[in-house]
Amino acid sequence: MSIGLSIIAGLGVALFGFVLQTSVAGLNRKVVARLQKRYGPKWYQEFIDIFKLLSKRATSHGWIFDFGVIMALGGIIATAMFMPITNNLLAFEGFDNFFIFVYLIAVGMLGMAMSASGSGNPLASIGVMRALTTMLAYEVPFMVIVLTIINLTGESSVSAIAQAQQLGGDFNWFIIALPIGGVVAVLSLMGMLGKKPFETYIAPAEIASGPMVEYGGKQLGMLFIMHEITVFIEVSLFVHLFLGGAENIIIFLVKYVAVYTFVNLISYVNGRFKIDQVVVFFYKWPLLLAVIQAVMAIYLGLVI
Amino acid sequence: MTKEEVDRKWWEIGDFFRRNSLWMLMYCTGCCAIELPPAMTSAYDMERLGMGPMATPRQADVLLVTGYLSLKTLRRLIYTYEQMSEPKYVVGFGSCTINGGIYHDSHAVINQLDQYIPVDTYVAGCMPNTEAVMNGFIDLMELIKTKKADGWKRYHENYEWYKKNQLDSLGSIEVKDEFHE
Repeated sequence: MSIGLSIIAGLGVALFGFVLQTSVAGLNRKVVARLQKRYGPKWYQEFIDIFKLLSKRATSHGWIFDFGVIMALGGIIATAMFMPITNNLLAFEGFDNFFIFVYLIAVGMLGMAMSASGSGNPLASIGVMRALTTMLAYEVPFMVIVLTIINLTGESSVSAIAQAQQLGGDFNWFIIALPIGGVVAVLSLMGMLGKKPFETYIAPAEIASGPMVEYGGKQLGMLFIMHEITVFIEVSLFVHLFLGGAENIIIFLVKYVAVYTFVNLISYVNGRFKIDQVVVFFYKWPLLLAVIQAVMAIYLGLVI
Repeated sequence: MTKEEVDRKWWEIGDFFRRNSLWMLMYCTGCCAIELPPAMTSAYDMERLGMGPMATPRQADVLLVTGYLSLKTLRRLIYTYEQMSEPKYVVGFGSCTINGGIYHDSHAVINQLDQYIPVDTYVAGCMPNTEAVMNGFIDLMELIKTKKADGWKRYHENYEWYKKNQLDSLGSIEVKDEFHE
């Protein structure tokens, strides 16, 4: 594929991720509503919210504030362009290395951090500080477990890891082959998505939405789009690394919806940790379990 | 189509999104606020209408003023209203926002909210029941559809008048802003 076609295909992947995740998030609002004995909004409510935000007037707090939002959205779209959807549906052949995602996703996060700090609101700075602290906490156990997988398969390409799992049949998925690591991965995924016990950096009741406190109108709409694509990247990474990837798009959709709904359901029966509890939790149990799993898998060869 | 017609069409499309996704900022000053939890939870389920609570004025579309306003809270209410991004709407709850209600002769309470910020819909009652609250939101949606919920425009057009009323009741205050000195 020529480079121009690859870029168009990559933008298509990002758009697909946005539409998919926004629909799934809307469906999940209905699922959660049923959990709380309510009826819930329409499934396309999230689209209405985003388009409404884009139709509103917005206040600016200086050019860093505006530029950071664009940088965040651009960084996340650039990350999503490299994401494989199925084994063959991949915009940039050979460029879906795991470390590309780890590095590029930080561009989006840092853009948002810069923009939020530029708003001058102290609650935004507190939120950014908490978001980066949470990131520091969940990245370490997640990295240990992914490096174990890379060691076992000898590949660091996301689609190659997915195919390595498919070769061994359905029960060679790493969430089953490395059961302790699977638990760690789910916990880290909850931290990444900002789900309930680890959503300290949003904390609407205490720090008024944290980093998003000064956003309204168009900038908030762009951050919503950014958030949906970020969730798409993180959940897809989980599907490819731990659930055996997808041979075709139907399997991908089923696995994606199942993972996101499962995490969301856990989220809505939980309370919220304080920020020091988040860090202590991640450095205590998931990191311990991840190291035990790594030693078991690499040195003792105990892989189911 | 002329430019005005195109603009009007776009505004109508925008109105569809705006009335189906009203994010509320709840300025809970008095007893009417107790009607909001049953409206949000499983009894009436406000989220069916696309409504949800928001934590900060920048993100919100509707300002709910639920109850009496003393002079001290009114000042904060005006700050809050002016921070919201446009188009923005105000819903006044109960008789306190209409004519002062049972606190009408208190020295510390304002009687008519409409003198200080523009109100789009009132929900009558002391307190209104939850059906009336839900009805008020449906009314607000209808007003947005028929382009009558234009309080934010009236605030721009009659700003001198609103400002004079605010100053008459509240007086001006000196803000010491060390950051910009």
